[in-house]
Amino acid sequence: MLEVRGVTKRFGGLTAVSSVDLAVAEGEIVSLIGPNGAGKTTLFAMIAGFLKLNEGDIFLNGNSIAGMKPHQICKFGMVRTFQITQPFAGLTTLQNIMVGAYAHTNDRMQAQQKAEQVADIIGMTSLLGLGADSLTVAGRKRLELARALATNPKLLLLDEVMAGLNPTEIDEIVAVIKGIRDTGVTIFLIEHVMKAVMNLSDRSYVLNDGKLIATGTPAEIAANPVVIEAYLGHGAASEMAGE
Amino acid sequence: MEINRHIILLLVSAAVMLAAPFFITSKFYIDVLTLIFFTAYIGQSWNILGGYAGQFSFGGVMFFGTGAYTSSILLTTFGIPPIIGIVFAIIAGALLGFIVGFMSFRSGLKGSYFALITLAFAELLRVLANSVEFTGGGVGLFLTYAPGLKDLQFKTPTGFYYFALLLMLISIVIALWLERSRFGAQLVAIRENEEAAEALGINTLKCKIYAIMIMGAMGGAAGTFYAQKYLYLDPPIAYSIHLSVEMLLVTIVGGMGTVFGPLIGAFVLHIVNEIARHFIDTPGLSLIVYGVILIVIISYLPNGLIGLFRKRMKKSKPTALDRLISGDKDA
Ligand SMILES: Nc1ncnc2c1ncn2[C@@H]1O[C@H](COP(=O)(O)OP(=O)(O)O)[C@@H](O)[C@H]1O
Ligand SMILES: [Mg+2]
Repeated sequence: MLEVRGVTKRFGGLTAVSSVDLAVAEGEIVSLIGPNGAGKTTLFAMIAGFLKLNEGDIFLNGNSIAGMKPHQICKFGMVRTFQITQPFAGLTTLQNIMVGAYAHTNDRMQAQQKAEQVADIIGMTSLLGLGADSLTVAGRKRLELARALATNPKLLLLDEVMAGLNPTEIDEIVAVIKGIRDTGVTIFLIEHVMKAVMNLSDRSYVLNDGKLIATGTPAEIAANPVVIEAYLGHGAASEMAGE
Repeated sequence: MEINRHIILLLVSAAVMLAAPFFITSKFYIDVLTLIFFTAYIGQSWNILGGYAGQFSFGGVMFFGTGAYTSSILLTTFGIPPIIGIVFAIIAGALLGFIVGFMSFRSGLKGSYFALITLAFAELLRVLANSVEFTGGGVGLFLTYAPGLKDLQFKTPTGFYYFALLLMLISIVIALWLERSRFGAQLVAIRENEEAAEALGINTLKCKIYAIMIMGAMGGAAGTFYAQKYLYLDPPIAYSIHLSVEMLLVTIVGGMGTVFGPLIGAFVLHIVNEIARHFIDTPGLSLIVYGVILIVIISYLPNGLIGLFRKRMKKSKPTALDRLISGDKDA
């Protein structure tokens, strides 16, 4: 479904993403992990059309999308969420989600219905009337997910939607993401919460210093010495061993 | 959710304003009201791009001036009556909006950079209008007095009152449409967070260009109105910074991104004007008074005067009447 070939991104002298190849097949939940500053968000930003690539190409369902605008890519069925949440602060939760829903309908009632459906799936129904600026961290993360889902994506790019959540909230959102996958949406996610990565993903890619250093099932990744090496000092190795 | 309340408010105020000339005999007050409607209309044009889409402009007058020159030159040079000329004025305004929007939005201009670019455009057009011949240059254009619908001129102030009222009501309908349409939601999304809007499938460039084209079209019609009312046009009038400021001022004072903000702001501006003029004979003093009001409002009422009503409505539980009017469970 998604294919990334030899993608490179340089910021001045810094190579944030260095000739990365990866693929996500339809129906999968694939995770992208790696230490802070590894280049994960940068890679997502390129996939979603927010950053130009220096080298390489990106294909969605066989068509090159490199150089396309984010709104075009969204229309092709791929949408991203933001690690640093970007709510429409002056609007209510409902209005926020409706903006996503308007991607595929011109009709206000339909958009509202869609938004309410999505809110139900994500578990935000009780928050619909609240201003987006009054949501908690967990609420904002959910709103990112809800808005993106309202655009009817085939492929969702989720950038650390669990960061800053407590264990109960993480369990809830893991269930939500599984539910979304079960409705036929393919999911590619960046995550630091290892328990969730193990629990959710069919496959994982590990990025370190802009380069892919490993790929495989979560169990394979957890046992991979190269990965543990990359995480040493970040305290994640022991966490992974504990799983 | 406030939509139905909006429409009731609109119908009631439209009825009052339609009937007003039958009760107000003073030509002076009819003229003041005409001016209020005109300012509210031009404020609303600014509000669409500035208030709804969040793109502030300091040169909004460029559309007004270009529309005024378009219909006036068509009339004086080609004998085309203003009732047709106004259509060309609208087209010219929209076209100018497209050019300015395309050039600045495509190169990613935002915030104060965009605002200043519009100011530069307006100034450029003023200088241009001064130096070319077909605008009458610095001497200006004199239009002949020929009352009649064909010339969009009227024998009595009441005629212009209704003309301005019509323009103002149309602008309110446009704002109401924005409140309930996808396009309006997209503009607001762009205002609130352009990156997120783009991520969610909104062609932000296209939407912003459409918004400035609507602003331009409205400004174009305003130009024809003005030219046919005052029958004289020169570059300082056509491209006056004063009008650029006035349209953003009334909108900010009344409430940006709201349906009735520009109208409320225009009422306040002209009432302050008249009162100040009564008490002190210093020209420009009313603007100082208005400036103080603006500062107070920006500091204490970021949502404009309309924010006063909004806050109260949110705090108080909806009354039975509210629910009846809005027909909405979560009113
Ligand atoms: N717009 C930018 N300009 C310059 N450097 C950037 C920019 N965005 C990210 N970087 C740098 O690129 C590297 C990768 O960042 P990022 O993709 O955010 O990492 P991750 O999401 O894996 O934590 C970091 O060193 C970061 O400082
Ligand atoms: Mg990141």
